[in-house]
Amino acid sequence: MEGKLDPVDRQLLTSLQKDLPLVPRPFFHLGQLLGLPEEEVLRRVSNLKEKGIIRRLGGIFNSRGLGFSSTLVALRVVPEELEKVAARVNHYPGVTHNYARPHPFNLWFTLIGRRQDEVKAILAEIRQFEGVLDILVLPAKRIFKIGVKLDLVKPSEDS
Amino acid sequence: MVGPEPSLVDQRIIAALQGDLPVTAHPFAAAAREAGISEEELLDRLREFQKRGWLRRVAAILYHQRAGVTANAMAVWQVPEERVEEAGRRAAAFPQVSHCYERIPYPQWPYNLYAMIHGFSEAECRRTAEEISRAIGIEEPLLLFSQKEFKKTSMEYF
Repeated sequence: MEGKLDPVDRQLLTSLQKDLPLVPRPFFHLGQLLGLPEEEVLRRVSNLKEKGIIRRLGGIFNSRGLGFSSTLVALRVVPEELEKVAARVNHYPGVTHNYARPHPFNLWFTLIGRRQDEVKAILAEIRQFEGVLDILVLPAKRIFKIGVKLDLVKPSEDS
Repeated sequence: MVGPEPSLVDQRIIAALQGDLPVTAHPFAAAAREAGISEEELLDRLREFQKRGWLRRVAAILYHQRAGVTANAMAVWQVPEERVEEAGRRAAAFPQVSHCYERIPYPQWPYNLYAMIHGFSEAECRRTAEEISRAIGIEEPLLLFSQKEFKKTSMEYF
């Protein structure tokens, strides 16, 4: 971690992850809630972006609500081919997250497409990549929780 | 898809908001200019988007690892169909869980309940997974930590 986060930064991040209020001066509003002047909120948020702690400040859209189709996909890839397959998978703009995980199904990614047939067509291509042995297409059947809102206020001391 | 499709103006608004807002006193004014509408109109449209279920929220997305939340695990359980609803609700209630879904199982992958668990260490993620197991009454979660991040980005819809 680059530079320690002070308690005010943690409060600010916890708040900003929940939402930026839809008002003309959202940072002023946020400052009111946290007892900080707008200028200090702007300075701290800029700083957190420069440090790379905030990746993006923007809209979080519901791909399904917008009529897009999305799914989680797991691939079983020959270990020697993993990096190459991961790079080819990354090439699709609809792939937003892609991780190696320690399991025979060793590559896990999310895929969003304009329609179901677009997603299917991409998956058919990926299935043919050299080194891909098996594929699991894992669309959500029920969503119980979505959205990364982690509590950064109290980092645990004991681990 | 339920309801209307995004109009051309809507698409411009989404395009302006799917990226990064400037950190200025009036961040929405910049996005509004990009979309060719007024700040007030933009804020009205965004509230409408939320009602329609297009927009979840406007917020910060973090690089959690740089914020000190260095470990994340995908935990999966095999839950009998009739207990998934209850188990999913309970798992989702844990603050360490950012995402929780039911997904269809396969013969070679029998798991159907998924929770993304975040923590300050792998040990902490394991403890959380054990607590969730107790809370839902299903033993033996499988925890898959991320070994390598190949890509993490946001969707560009339009």
